[in-house]
Amino acid sequence: MSTWPVLSLVTFLPLVGAVFILAIRGDADVVARNARFVALWTSLATFVMSLFIWFGFERGTAEFQFVEKAVWFPGYNIDYHMGVDGISMLFVMLSTLLTPLCVLASWDAIRVRVKEYMVAFLVLETLMVGMFCALDFVLFYFFYEGVLIPMFLIIGIWGGERRVYSAFKFFLFTLAGSVLLFLALLAMYFEVGTTDVPTMLEHGFPAGMQTWLWLALFASFAVKVPMWPVHTWLPDAHVEAPTAGSVILAGVLLKMGGYGFVRFSVPMLPLASEFFTPLVFVLSVMAILYTSLVALAQEDMKKLIAYSSVAHMGMVTLGTFTVTQQGLEGAMFQMLSHGVVSAALFLIVGVIYDRMHTRLIARYDGLVERMPVYALFFMIFMLASVGLPGTSGFVGEFLVLVGLFQVNTWAALLATGGMILGAAYMLYLYRRIIFGVMTKPDLKAILDLSPREALVFAPLLALVFWMGIYPMSFLDIMSASVANIVDSHQAALLQAPGRSFASLFSLSQ
Amino acid sequence: MAMITFDMSAALPELVLACLAMILLMVGVFRGESSAPTVLGLSVASLVIVFLLVSLDRGATGIAFGGLFMVDRYGNFMKGLVLVGAIVTLIMSRRYCEEEQIQRFEYSVLMLFATLGMLMMVSANDLISLYVGLELQSLSLYVVAAIRRDNLRSTEAGLKYFVLGALSSGLLLYGCSMIYGFAGTTSFPALAEVFAGIPAGEAPSFGLIVGMVFLISGLAFKVSAVPFHMWTPDVYEGAPTPVTAFFATAPKVAAMALLIRVMMGPFGDLVGQWQQILVFVSIASMVVGAFAAIAQTNIKRLMAYSSIGHIGYALVGLAAGTEEGVRGVIFYLTIYIVMNLGTFGCILSMRRTGVMLENIEDLKGLSKTSPMMALALMIFMFSMAGIPPLAGFLGKFYVFMAAIHAGLYALAVIGVLSSVVGAFYYMRIIKFMYFDEAVEPFEGPIGRDMALILTASSAIILLLFAFPGPVLEGAAAAAASLIAG
Repeated sequence: MSTWPVLSLVTFLPLVGAVFILAIRGDADVVARNARFVALWTSLATFVMSLFIWFGFERGTAEFQFVEKAVWFPGYNIDYHMGVDGISMLFVMLSTLLTPLCVLASWDAIRVRVKEYMVAFLVLETLMVGMFCALDFVLFYFFYEGVLIPMFLIIGIWGGERRVYSAFKFFLFTLAGSVLLFLALLAMYFEVGTTDVPTMLEHGFPAGMQTWLWLALFASFAVKVPMWPVHTWLPDAHVEAPTAGSVILAGVLLKMGGYGFVRFSVPMLPLASEFFTPLVFVLSVMAILYTSLVALAQEDMKKLIAYSSVAHMGMVTLGTFTVTQQGLEGAMFQMLSHGVVSAALFLIVGVIYDRMHTRLIARYDGLVERMPVYALFFMIFMLASVGLPGTSGFVGEFLVLVGLFQVNTWAALLATGGMILGAAYMLYLYRRIIFGVMTKPDLKAILDLSPREALVFAPLLALVFWMGIYPMSFLDIMSASVANIVDSHQAALLQAPGRSFASLFSLSQ
Repeated sequence: MAMITFDMSAALPELVLACLAMILLMVGVFRGESSAPTVLGLSVASLVIVFLLVSLDRGATGIAFGGLFMVDRYGNFMKGLVLVGAIVTLIMSRRYCEEEQIQRFEYSVLMLFATLGMLMMVSANDLISLYVGLELQSLSLYVVAAIRRDNLRSTEAGLKYFVLGALSSGLLLYGCSMIYGFAGTTSFPALAEVFAGIPAGEAPSFGLIVGMVFLISGLAFKVSAVPFHMWTPDVYEGAPTPVTAFFATAPKVAAMALLIRVMMGPFGDLVGQWQQILVFVSIASMVVGAFAAIAQTNIKRLMAYSSIGHIGYALVGLAAGTEEGVRGVIFYLTIYIVMNLGTFGCILSMRRTGVMLENIEDLKGLSKTSPMMALALMIFMFSMAGIPPLAGFLGKFYVFMAAIHAGLYALAVIGVLSSVVGAFYYMRIIKFMYFDEAVEPFEGPIGRDMALILTASSAIILLLFAFPGPVLEGAAAAAASLIAG
């Protein structure tokens, strides 16, 4: 185990790049070019640095690794505490992988205020990585909320026509959820006496308190995931955000909610999680079925993928709240797979948007004639999203369903129905855009993928197959931590007294 | 038994300030209008001297004027904040005074006297000295608000402030006399003894409660807490902008400091009686501050509602009625004063073709025309909205921590939800600066002193989260000294 602070380095290296970019002066073109390169090299360096975490990570243990600790608020037991375990480590990798791809994807697409754009992305990377590494609830909250600032600006400045509306909606929805999380955090602080996450994980919260805390946490994470019916900010934000913004939003930001459930709600509040499982199941199944139907009717490609994200994240919440080994691993795997696949799909849409400046499905047809390579890439990612065996999407959904089947057959049945709908809308989208005869005259001159674009897709493509064909390299990392959550969950339920609805009103005890 | 001493060294900073202010008044009178810039410069220098005197922490608590005046670490900390507010606003007003032709030496001298009144308020240890300090401050501020005699809005602001202020002083005095009538003393320590003597479970006499309510009402007016906030938007809008900046910072802190001292000191044992009042006032201020600001188009009016909201958040800490709560309020006010000074620095730089601008829409496209100022203002706005990692969040963190610990869950939930509403109008300012297309740029450059103020305040707001230790410890020590004393 290395002694130097890898996690802090990975977290704060992008900030160094951001400061460099801010310091660039001179002619507008030169500034833009330099900003792009600095951002690319910084994010690549961060990725390389994060590989040390991947290789140095000890498999088969639920312990936190690469732990760093320093006093932050003297006298309050609130510390700067970083560390990763099997649950957070892969998300760190996902964040550091997607950021350089985002920078590359924005290379030509972003022409105004390039400098600020790159700074925003690097700051965003710091906040994302920091959030997954934080082992102190207050520190976590700092990063978790801080993400709103760069994302608000990215949507609002570089977004489409209704960007102001979408940026505000995104900001206010997530903020409204987060403030309740903030109060829950304070209440938990007084209960435990510290905001240290490992200590909190071992603390048994009183049953009556758990209910309220769970609801407050749920308010925040459910908006972030997002769960039906608080998902409405997501289609708007996705449609208006620039391509790279959508990629980060779908790839990492949504996972913050799922991560919150896995890290905080389920292990810290086992009784309440058990109590509210039916609620989560109902909402998730609603999400899967409803948003899949809505996706079928979309005219806008980005909106369609946004709705499919809600459906896929519904699988994640289903898997999480089964609290079984397969269900939780499936949920984690589904999040990672969705992080890769939906990011790729948004990039796919971005490619033709950059050429034609429209996302309307009706404006495209028969693209396979002019863009064969593009059609191939699109097909692979589309099938991964559908969950074809051999791609990453299959493993996650399969594991979730295995877990779910043990707990609730009906939910499993309905969720499977949602998967069929998922195949329907994705294949329908693909048929409309790629197949058929090219009739639109302005499409005749469209160009296939450029080398830069292909380079962006290459790592994602490799990951889709790697995760689909040999998922063990990823499941190995998380299995010990997941087993730990499942065991302590079972133990907590065994000790618990009988639960009744009346305990909802026992906060004052 | 109060010991009578002739030791005035405890009040040394105040005495020095009083003498310097009178000397500067003489300088102004004999040298005429042309001396205004000199007097302004010397005023800043005198305030800096007083600040140094205050910050020479002489450790132990001290009493002067036969127990009327009290010095402790709490007082010194709050005085430091008041003086910082006064110094920075005076520096910021230099250019404004030059360009808007209000070169009057009375302006700076009155600011000095107002500051002196505030220092007295912070150190008051008796209802009499409380009132004297408060009136010295208020009377000076009434005049300063109307310093632009030939401007209708400014005179209107001054008049409104005076009439409503006089009303609130009346309420305050009435409350004081009720308290004196039923308790038989005006001294804070003696009052505390009287209340401590009330057996547990037994309510104090009705007259005392009425007196206390009047006292709180009078003070709530000074901090512009709902429902005594009506004067704030009009006065903020009408007064010259540097005066508004002053209103938003120093007097707010001084009045809050006074309110905290009165509530935690003499009335400390009556928490059960006043807590519900403060909970109501706090909720009302947060909600009104958040909702009323949404429709504003004038940035000074918006800042008025914003300050009403912020006072609501600060009162959350006081409503908890614990040392932890007081610490939270002190910390909150420290951050509040820095954010406000920075924001008003930006507002004072909004000038085009020689005219001061006050509309929010005038900020359109600021991120392109002057990116650094836009960045600074964005930092202040996100901080006021309470988004981490900016300092405004830390302030909220500590007051809500106290509220949760004291079991005030409803207050905390309403507070954080109204902060979401409040976030909307702060975001609106950012929207104008960053999302909209540029109109004409502002007149530049903003001047070296202003640039320094903006840089320093935004750096503090941005980086406080990394090194919260010193400010936190200062606030904790101040709160501890208040509770102990």
